[in-house]
Amino acid sequence: MDKAATDGWSVRQILAQQGILIAFVLAMLVFGLFSDRFLAFDNIMAVLRQTGIVGVMAIGVTIVVIGGNLDLSVGSMLSMATVLVVDLHDRIGPGPAILIMFCAVLAAGAINGVLVGYLRLNSLIVTLGMLSALQGITLIYTDGKNVDIANQSDTWFAIFGRGDIAGIPTPIVMFFGVAVLGHVLLTRMPFGRKVYATGGNPRTAVYSGIRRGRIVFLTYLISAFTVGCSALILGSRVMGSQNNVGQGYELLVLSAVILGGTSLLGGSGNILKTVIGVLILGFIQNGLLLLGFPYYAQWLVTWVVIILTVWLDVASKRHSLWSPIA
Amino acid sequence: MTGEITPVLSVKDVVKTFPAVRALDGVTLDIRRGEVHALLGENGAGKSTLMKILAGMFTPDSGSITLDGREVAPKSPLEAKALGIVLIHQELSLVEELTVAENVFLGALPRRSFGFVDWNALHRQTAEILRRLNCDFAPTSIVGDLSIARKQMVEIARALTVDAKVVIFDEPTASLTDQEKLVLFDIIADLKAAGVGIVYISHRMEEIFRISDRITVLRDGAYRGTLDTAATSEAEVTRLMIGRSLDYSRNTETVAAGAIVLETRGLSCGDLFQDVSFSVRAGEVVGFSGLIGAGRSELAETLFGLRRPTAGAILIDGAEVSVETPTNAIRHGISLVPESRKEQGLVLGMNCRDNITLPQIDALRRGPFLSPAAELDIYDSYQKRLSIRSPGWRQLVRNLSGGNQQKIVIGKWLAMKPRLLIVDEPTRGIDVGSKAEIHNLIRELARGGYAVIVISSEMPEILHVSDRIVTMYHGRVMREFTAAEANEDSLVQAISGLN
Repeated sequence: MDKAATDGWSVRQILAQQGILIAFVLAMLVFGLFSDRFLAFDNIMAVLRQTGIVGVMAIGVTIVVIGGNLDLSVGSMLSMATVLVVDLHDRIGPGPAILIMFCAVLAAGAINGVLVGYLRLNSLIVTLGMLSALQGITLIYTDGKNVDIANQSDTWFAIFGRGDIAGIPTPIVMFFGVAVLGHVLLTRMPFGRKVYATGGNPRTAVYSGIRRGRIVFLTYLISAFTVGCSALILGSRVMGSQNNVGQGYELLVLSAVILGGTSLLGGSGNILKTVIGVLILGFIQNGLLLLGFPYYAQWLVTWVVIILTVWLDVASKRHSLWSPIA
Repeated sequence: MTGEITPVLSVKDVVKTFPAVRALDGVTLDIRRGEVHALLGENGAGKSTLMKILAGMFTPDSGSITLDGREVAPKSPLEAKALGIVLIHQELSLVEELTVAENVFLGALPRRSFGFVDWNALHRQTAEILRRLNCDFAPTSIVGDLSIARKQMVEIARALTVDAKVVIFDEPTASLTDQEKLVLFDIIADLKAAGVGIVYISHRMEEIFRISDRITVLRDGAYRGTLDTAATSEAEVTRLMIGRSLDYSRNTETVAAGAIVLETRGLSCGDLFQDVSFSVRAGEVVGFSGLIGAGRSELAETLFGLRRPTAGAILIDGAEVSVETPTNAIRHGISLVPESRKEQGLVLGMNCRDNITLPQIDALRRGPFLSPAAELDIYDSYQKRLSIRSPGWRQLVRNLSGGNQQKIVIGKWLAMKPRLLIVDEPTRGIDVGSKAEIHNLIRELARGGYAVIVISSEMPEILHVSDRIVTMYHGRVMREFTAAEANEDSLVQAISGLN
């Protein structure tokens, strides 16, 4: 047993480092075997289109998490943004509606940023509080009612959720566009390096002349911006909005980030892996439905997948699947 | 003694590899009954890895461990302890919230029926062990309330709860007072008389020569030899360790000091330090000597903009400036190599290059994007200049030895091309070889026209590198010495507040 463990290390190392990719390919194969519709082009495009909403936000949250913090407020921030943009659409037109929606999410993100970045309050508490505060604001704003767009067929607002750009559905374009932007920001620009440093060791960052508060503040603005983008997709696809439409998205988003292997301790992770994490979640959800599982079974399966991923991640750091010392 | 023929513990050809690092490369060692066997080596030489293998925390890739003639392979610390191999950690591994007795018997608390803890037996047995160790605290004291030295004694008490065959002490005296050291040496003598084999790891030569019977030296994960303590000398051991001997001679260089770069006038920061006035010229090294809590590091942090002064002035090139943030200090040409490299100097999960370029990352751009070429240039030149030993720039600094980590921090701040370089405890916890290199570097920087402030608690180090020495006591400057007039006695007097 012990000998096998040492010999098998290199295999395990590969598993641990590329586990997420392997899991992805395996999941695709299994679903593909059992359902002939799963790997059909139409189905894949449908899944990609759906994952856009979670995907765009996951990019923003990945950046927050690399910076060493959490953002749990994205769920109800998405509710607020979608309700706002849909409700204002008919009153003041799509352009101004979008503008006001972005102002609102950026304001919420800025409050998160000031509290966590400058006042250095615990991000879990701050954003959990924001989650509940924004849901409250949204319910007050709508007076508990749902909102919708009256004339759904001829508004250019449809482009975000229903349209396509150069033949590719807009949500997919936005997801990959934001992912590329995020990746460039993190790996090719000084700001990204500072985010990694701040998340990796905040004290060292300060001792290196990095303004930690500002970096954290900006990561929350980025996260809020991505929520705004997701609200465009969601609002435009449904052309209406329940007042709690974003509920539960914070967990989906965080699951995707964790699946991608971004450490919740901060300082490590990357966008590309988050993208794969998002895709895995999306395809699992879709595959289970195609196989005839009840809708809510995906929640259970998602949990199992996350636990397995986290275990592999931890095991690779400890150089062993189970170890008596941390 | 017949013990010479059958060692209690022998280690044969042990190899342990971590990703990218071969930590142990065929190490062989045997510990006899009733001997104190010192294990020496620079940081990164593999001592701790070897000890962790013996204590069941790591599994070796190959090689064998024989205890009492039987091959063993402990897979956990508990298993190793049951076999009779006990490791007394360098980093204390106590549960602060629990009592002394609970810590001593942690994992093996005496039980009554139904699994309830037998408190009476626990306290009785602990009290007995504490008596053997001459400890002045009770089994019921909370560990968190004890001084570090006393915690060390609790750690040792743990070793005595089992029938130990081999006890490993990893830097046991690092935090003990002279008095407590004597007690420890007595305990070691007792264990020795009882036939226990003792492995003693320490950087302190005088201790090793005082208590050990044999000395084994490791270098770069490889076995370098075993010497009889009685038949060897410090110089020979050092040579085995680093391949040459260390120069601790007094600094006699006379520098042509240039203009004053930094001056403080009556600088104070709350109750951390008060009324500090001194100056540093280009081309000179000013040493700051003092005890922990004398305010030296706090002074450095204030000069670097990490703390706001409450009174007084900082002058750079004769003009008063306000240094309110590190960014500001950097702009004025001040660099600080902080006291704790892991907590303040490095991002351990980042690679070598990214750590070195971190403070100037905003400047290393082509357009809005980072320039990998400019970054690599900086890494390459400081890697060469400081002879940083790393498999490449992609290596995470976490995987480097202490000495190389320290060089990364120094490189990071030299790369800022500062006019004033402040180094706080430049050689704490690093090996002798790197120590000498860093001392040379500091002298070389001064010759190159840098103004340098060195803060160190090691007196030979201060005397070795400084042109002038400022002594501090309780937040105040006591006396200033030139290199020629200072000696250990006068420094000790000044930093103890006896002027």
